[in-house]
Amino acid sequence: MALNNDILQRWHNSAIVLIGGSAGSFKLIFRAVKNFPIALDKAVIIVIHRKKNFFSEIEKLFAENSRMSLREIADKDVIEKNTIYIAPANYHSLIEKEKTFSLDVSEAVWYSKPSIDVTFESAADVYGPNCTAILLSGANQDGAAGLLKLKNAGALTIVQNPDEAEMSEMPLAAIQTGAATYTLSNNDIFELLQT
Amino acid sequence: MAGKITMDETSAYGNITTAQLHELIDLIKKVHGFDFSEYTKASLKRRLARIMQFKKMSFYDLKHLLVNDQQIFQEFLEEITVNVTEMFRDPLFYKALHNQVLPYLSSYQHIKIWSAGCSSGEEVYSLAILLKEANLRNKSFIYGTDINTEMLKEARMGIYSLRKIKSYTENYQYTGLPGTLTDHFTIMYDAASIHSEIKQNTLFSVHNLISDTVFNEFQMISCRNVFIYFESGLQEKILELFYKSLCPLGFLCLGSKEAIRSDFFRRRFKVINQKENIYQKIGA
Repeated sequence: MALNNDILQRWHNSAIVLIGGSAGSFKLIFRAVKNFPIALDKAVIIVIHRKKNFFSEIEKLFAENSRMSLREIADKDVIEKNTIYIAPANYHSLIEKEKTFSLDVSEAVWYSKPSIDVTFESAADVYGPNCTAILLSGANQDGAAGLLKLKNAGALTIVQNPDEAEMSEMPLAAIQTGAATYTLSNNDIFELLQT
Repeated sequence: MAGKITMDETSAYGNITTAQLHELIDLIKKVHGFDFSEYTKASLKRRLARIMQFKKMSFYDLKHLLVNDQQIFQEFLEEITVNVTEMFRDPLFYKALHNQVLPYLSSYQHIKIWSAGCSSGEEVYSLAILLKEANLRNKSFIYGTDINTEMLKEARMGIYSLRKIKSYTENYQYTGLPGTLTDHFTIMYDAASIHSEIKQNTLFSVHNLISDTVFNEFQMISCRNVFIYFESGLQEKILELFYKSLCPLGFLCLGSKEAIRSDFFRRRFKVINQKENIYQKIGA
């Protein structure tokens, strides 16, 4: 499946781009962050599974390599276009009706905090069809339920081709749940993100 | 958590519309007097959906039971207020307290600390251990408050599962403080009980940040990861309560992803540590 008019049209209409990934997704997300154009005219929200107390330099590394402004989500931040937001470790990041973020420290979902499901589900309520969501490599089933909810709300939902994923369980779970509007190759995903 | 509603590892959402959420908030306020209208909605929605999913209830079942069944309402209250906490959560916060706040607090004759929204007490005991290792325990008193009476019971017991202690120990190691966390516990078969000398000079009691008022004057207030559940207007009301409850130059600690956003209060607090959100009261 290559990029078609439906994909491009819905991408064009999206106010936000959600990217979810776990094991095996870091390199892909880093490449995506590097390649986003300065004027994307959308907000990008990235949820990567990460360990607490792991004081990684993800934000620093991403910010140094991104043309868009990039920051870690803090509670009540307003969602602005041309900005990349990274979900912090040890919190769930939720999207409110007012297009702001709220954080939540409740139980992990699929042993993960941040959970991709939690962010995706709350985005579905607020953005519905004005949203593109991409689910990448991972070794558990987080993201599938959230992606399905997004699809049902009219969002463009894209799943990485499991054959190309380092860990195929996460993309496979989403496809089996029926959450994928399209399953795309890595090249197609990157092409879309730079459009 | 100890409540009856626990979550299996499935998705977080059932189905509840925004209109239904508001209907429920109004109903709970009328029937039970608890006001959730200024709680953040996405999080509230998620927790309600969890209850419905776990109890296999429709929205109408839930509504009916919340009005008519006191037991279900209590369970609801326990579930709706998030009770996930850890000892030495955000280790660098404790390091900052040790380096930037304790030297100042040590100059007081008595140190009164309020841990607001203390849940099962882990933060209260973390602070107590920090003070003990700085030889300030004898002159300090820590109040832990929460709206959830079940959580306060657990807090008073101070008994935590070994699985939790393992993760708390890891947190402690990241603080870079000397000592060992388990020195302050008696290990039993599958749990660990906090030493009575750590429990001394602590008091756990019910306090509702939304409706209750000032009850003492404090040298330090810690309220971490509570504001995230409140909308901005309510956060400001509670900041007012904290401001009034602090002595001049007293310290306010918020969670590391929270911040004082209101200009009014930004002028009334000085930033001591930007990253860990530690503030000091200035002005009258």
